[in-house]
Amino acid sequence: MEQQHIKLPQGAIEKQTNTLNLGPTHPATHGVFQNILEMDGERVVNTESTVGYIHRAFEKIAERRPYYQVTPLTDRLNYCSAPINNMGWHLTVEKLLGIQTPKRVDYLRVIIMELARITDHLICNGVVGVDTGAFTGFLYLMQYRELVYEIYEEVCGSRLTTNIGRIGGFERNFTPVAFQKIEKFLAEYPKALKEFEALMTRNRIFVERTTGVGPISAERAMSYGFTGPNLRAAGLDYDVRVAHPYSSYEDFDFNIPVGSTGDCYDRFLVRNAEMWESLSIIRQAMDKLKDLPEDVYHAEVPAYYLPEKQDVYTKMEALIYHFKIIMGESDILPGELYNAVEGANGELGFYLISDGGRSPYRLHFRRPCFIYYQAYPELVKGAMLSDAIICLSSLNLIAGELDA
Amino acid sequence: MSLTNDYIKQRLVEKFGEALTSFEESFDVLTFTAPAALNLKVMQFLYDEEELQFRFLTDLTAVHYPHLPDAELAVVYHLYNFREKVRLRMKVFVPVAAPQVFTATKLFESANWMERETYDFFGVDFVGHPNLKRILNVDEMTYFPMRKEFPLEDQSRIDKDDEMFGR
Repeated sequence: MEQQHIKLPQGAIEKQTNTLNLGPTHPATHGVFQNILEMDGERVVNTESTVGYIHRAFEKIAERRPYYQVTPLTDRLNYCSAPINNMGWHLTVEKLLGIQTPKRVDYLRVIIMELARITDHLICNGVVGVDTGAFTGFLYLMQYRELVYEIYEEVCGSRLTTNIGRIGGFERNFTPVAFQKIEKFLAEYPKALKEFEALMTRNRIFVERTTGVGPISAERAMSYGFTGPNLRAAGLDYDVRVAHPYSSYEDFDFNIPVGSTGDCYDRFLVRNAEMWESLSIIRQAMDKLKDLPEDVYHAEVPAYYLPEKQDVYTKMEALIYHFKIIMGESDILPGELYNAVEGANGELGFYLISDGGRSPYRLHFRRPCFIYYQAYPELVKGAMLSDAIICLSSLNLIAGELDA
Repeated sequence: MSLTNDYIKQRLVEKFGEALTSFEESFDVLTFTAPAALNLKVMQFLYDEEELQFRFLTDLTAVHYPHLPDAELAVVYHLYNFREKVRLRMKVFVPVAAPQVFTATKLFESANWMERETYDFFGVDFVGHPNLKRILNVDEMTYFPMRKEFPLEDQSRIDKDDEMFGR
């Protein structure tokens, strides 16, 4: 970047700005991306962001893979809440194929997605705390993320990149242990979250470090394509779960928390409030599950959902379907659709074009943080360097999603 | 939901007449094709009209159709109306030999990086873009990798011997 001179009144000593490299592997950026800051003393004059350090060409790879093999790619977008991405992909393909999932599958998915939202928000808010100098809150909450990862482990066998669920439902039923673990989390987490809020929300140092930092108006946020908690913090109550309900979200009763100024403090409050809402949604889902048959965990779509292994060895149809699915020879209808889910940091969209072949003709991920990160120079213009760091973490940027 | 797809279509046809083609509804989203010269005018109309108010650019990307002569690249805009919660998809087809499309950055700030990404992967030249350069790929790259003439490696190839992964 070119060095710029600031126009000063005549006779003043001429000042020069400094260039400061923030990233790509600085611990305070919480991800692999670089910002070249032009600094006037300790104030940010201009910012240039460089992204793409971990670009893995998922859209291109997806054009070669059968539909069920795209799920692991979505894990690696926003890896702090991988289950939401997985479910988003399953829902997109199910919409294309016209598969109706049973209510129990929907509710189980809602539980998993809301758990993922909580883990994502707790990381983000914890990290905002770390960047303002409060490590304690982050460590408190991190313990509870472990509880959620144990739930994932019980449900699907893995923890971070979950590859959870299949097209049509879940790969196996939730075990009683999984439900016990969810109950345990529901019982223990509210206490920790309350403690976290007591530590942060009215903490004078925290409030003064975050209020008025990186604010954005609703109009600018809309223009910059903000979605998710960042848009809601600016005062616009757009939530895909309510605007375009998927996976039976219309059966649940929850609020959309909104802020007003769109600054770091509002974003923090919105995320905290959303965690409470998510907890209430999970509780509602657990109650609803009690009235439903316990053995349903996938839709009856033998052409797309892998049969039981036992049946593959003993039944002809199951063997045929198993073979066709594994080889990616199931019939997929041609079609074009855009389907969105409310990811933890915004509207995660899947634009899918199928030409009837074994893999998508074109798949585009609408990655929320790629789109709103371009507002960063505007958010931090004139701010102190330390404020720029807080702003970066409170936007909840995930490098995997940024670069796809 | 008072804003229906039929009404949007009617308003668009009233304003632009024959210029807009291929109206269709796929999965409840109205899709149409606009000529490259009109893309900004159509978006401005959709943005300004009191009843339409498509003021949010959800997504912008491109698709490569090598089998369509002189219309190989399709730039796809997903517009959104917050008030009525309606989506709209607009496509602009341009030949791959002259892929010029007007930039939407004047209307939506969010178009900036999305257009850079589209340029990066498909080589669509957004006329008037303030900073049209590569964003995810390296700057030295000379080709546009998401075009269909670049197939991914064939997994059945045998000339590559890899002991570890058993190719």
